[in-house]
This record gives sequence, C-alpha cells and structure tokens, in this order.
Amino acid sequence: MAEEWKRSADVVIIGAGIQGCSIAYNLAKLGVKDVVVIDKQIPTAGSTGRCAAGIRAQWGTKMNCQLGLASLEILENLHEELGMDIGLHQGGYLMVAYKESEFEQLKKNVALQNSLGITSRVVSKEEAYEICPTLSAEDAVGFTYHHRDGHADPFLTTIAYHKAASEKGVRFYKFTECTSIKVKGGEVKGVVTTRGEIDAPIIVDAAGPYSQHIAAMAGINLPLYSERHEILVTEPVEFGVCPCMLMSFSGNYYIQQRPIGSIIAGCSPEGHPEDYSLGNTWNFLEHMSRVIVRLLPKLGGVRVVRQWSGMYNMSPDKQPVIGESKEVKGFYISAGFSGHGFMFGPISGKLLAELIVTGTSSIPIDVLNYDRFERGELIEEPAVV
Amino acid sequence: MTEEEKERNVIVCRCEEITMGEIRDWIARGYDTFDELKHILRVGMGPCQGRGCREIILREIAKMKNVPVSQVDPGTFRPPSKPVKLELLAKKEGGE
Repeated sequence: MAEEWKRSADVVIIGAGIQGCSIAYNLAKLGVKDVVVIDKQIPTAGSTGRCAAGIRAQWGTKMNCQLGLASLEILENLHEELGMDIGLHQGGYLMVAYKESEFEQLKKNVALQNSLGITSRVVSKEEAYEICPTLSAEDAVGFTYHHRDGHADPFLTTIAYHKAASEKGVRFYKFTECTSIKVKGGEVKGVVTTRGEIDAPIIVDAAGPYSQHIAAMAGINLPLYSERHEILVTEPVEFGVCPCMLMSFSGNYYIQQRPIGSIIAGCSPEGHPEDYSLGNTWNFLEHMSRVIVRLLPKLGGVRVVRQWSGMYNMSPDKQPVIGESKEVKGFYISAGFSGHGFMFGPISGKLLAELIVTGTSSIPIDVLNYDRFERGELIEEPAVV
Repeated sequence: MTEEEKERNVIVCRCEEITMGEIRDWIARGYDTFDELKHILRVGMGPCQGRGCREIILREIAKMKNVPVSQVDPGTFRPPSKPVKLELLAKKEGGE
C-alpha cells in the first residue's frame, strides 16, 4: 500500500492518539480540506491505548466539570456520529473516601457538579454496596456516585475518529516521526519528519507524553512532564461483580469491570518515575492484587492476564494545556491532560478545532493556555488519582 | 460457498471469535500491523494472549502486503507469560 507523500497541508497534527484523531475529525467536519496527522508509531500507541478507559464528570474544578460533562454528552452519541461502536458502558463512578477531610472535599465537588448540571450525589454505604455488589469497604467514611460516568474503549473510540476522519479526507502517516519544526519570524512553517517535510501554517502538538519535546522543537518551553503509571487486567468474569468504576484518592486506586468482563485496575505510582520507559514491575503486580482482593474479596481466584504501563503527561495544576502559543503563531497545543486525555478527547478535540477555524470555542478555554503558568494563575484540580 | 468464502468464515482468534474475513477487511482498510488489529478486534488480548492467532495473522498481513513474514512486526508481548491468580499475587511472603 504505497501512499503518496503530501508536501504541504493546511494543518499538520503531531500524534494520532485520541487528541490528534478527535482534532483531525473535527477540523474536517468544520470544512478544513487538507489535514495531515503524523505519528511516530501507530494510532493510540502513546498514552491513549494504555489508559484505564474511564470517563467521568465528577471533578473538582468548574473547568473540568464542564469539559467532563460535555465529553460524556459527545460519547453518548458517538457511535451514531462516527458509525462505529466505541464500547460505551455507563456504570457510574463510585468515589470512595477513607478520611473525613476527603469526604468533605467530595461533598464540595458534588455541590459544584450539581450547580453545573451534573447529577452526582452522596450515597450511603448500603447504596454503595448495591451499586457494587462485591465491594467490601467497611473502613470507608463516605461515597459519591454519578451514574453517567463509566467506560469507553480507548482503541475503538480513537479508531472510530481515525476512520471517520480518513473518510473525510484526512491523511494519516504512521511510523512517521517529527524530528524538527520549522519556525520563521515567529510563525510556524512546517514539520520535518523521518519520511520527509510537510509545509503548513498550522501545527498541532498532540504528542501526549512527548508533547513538551515537540514544543521545544518550536522553541517553546512547556512546563509539562511525563510520569509512568502501571495497570493490570484480569481474565473475563461474569459481568456485574464491579459494574462501576471504584475510585479513591486516599485509597490510591481505580478499579472497574470492562463490559467484556475483565477487571482493569491501576494506581498512582510509587516514586513517580519520569524516565520515559514503559516497563512493568513485580511490585505493582503484588500491590495492586492486594488492593483488589481487599476491596473485592470474591475475586481472589480470578487470574491476571496482562500488565502494562503508560505515561501521564502532567501539568503543574493537573489541568490540560489547550490553545495557540502566544510565542509562535500557528503552533497549537493539546497536551498536559494529567491522566485524563482519553476522557476529555472528544470535547477538547472539538474545542481546539473550533479555535483553529473560528478563533473562538463553544466552551471558553482561554484560561487553559500555558501562559497561565507564567502568570501564576493555576487552576488546581483536587480530584485526581 | 466458494473456497474464499469458506476461508473468510474460519475463526482465527478463538478467545474473541474473530474470523479471517474480519482480519482481511481491516488489513485492507490500512490497519495492517498486528497491534492495530489487536486494538480493533482484541485478537491476542484474550486468555491465550495470542498463542493461537498471532502467527496466522502475521502470515495474513505478509501475504496481503506482499512482504516476507520475517518483515512483519510480531507486536507487543506483555507479562505475565501465564495468567496468575490475584490471591496468589496478593499473598506472597513478606507482603502485607
């Protein structure tokens, strides 16, 4: 399948994860004719395909609540829009607090969420046990729940965007790595890749864990870093043992049964490794297994089939960086999602495409420009594992 | 049923019940690496972790791209090499 190399384009997007594919699809939908997406590997190979597949609107800042809810609304209709199943399952997120102070924060979050149209609520232990029939959380002090949160398949969702964008004329080049970015007189001019050059007046940095490296090629210093997280998945068991996402910030875990029946579980890593390696550790496997067996005691006999790792592209306030650079004209960024890029991808891709085409977006996201870090105007997100 | 149709109905991945026809259709759409097929069809993600389907799929990719099998990336292998029970992992000596 020899493919023709496009020497120029209207927009070049670096990275074919959920961001790149969602931005590309939305640009094409808005009528941009000549969009090229390059990826040094294959679609979803960076962070998207390694994530825990969770989607939620239970956040602690107004911005993330708005983005989370808007993303859920897109995901709920995405099968119809893109013509491909995305493995959507809305079993809710059950947030588990083990400390009074943590429960107070969760209650504050619920009040904020309710004010923004998110129907989350505080639930009793009895109700929590009804939502998750095999849960054992006697030491928990409180729970919150939002029934529209849940799960979508990161591979299928991204490929659905990828396929729909391809059908609208977007060109995707896989195994094509960006090696430098051409900038002249404060404006981007194009990219140099391992397969040749592409001239373009607009470049989008959607390179996930490598986004700060791509920005540096344009002379931009993004205060983002990438942190390795580990995760495991079990063989499928009868659906219903853990139909919601169990998540706890102080308990440091997230556990959910996928619609196909397997249990997926992860936690925040010890030591927060930032070495860009994607290795797996025995320590994680043991630690995570203990957490699962303690929370869901009936699962002891279920076997782990796979473990892997992926990188969170972290920002200083754990909110994404979205928008055009004020230093280099035409250089747009969609990065720093701090572990939530997949769930925000449907809305962030739409908003960035709007910004590129019209100069404004249907949800105002000016505050997400990276210049907030220089001004010290951080929007700290309290609800992250 | 023609030979081609018969072949298309063969189950290549028994864990996820994926047929040769599905594999061929996705390769033809340009998703022509083992890992892409794994992401879309879950081949290699079931309890057998690709032991049954990987070689058949690699041969199919090679055939459709007209390259030797040795030039087709076998895709990612992930630990553990055999499924292990959670309770065994949780109970290791010296643990909690």
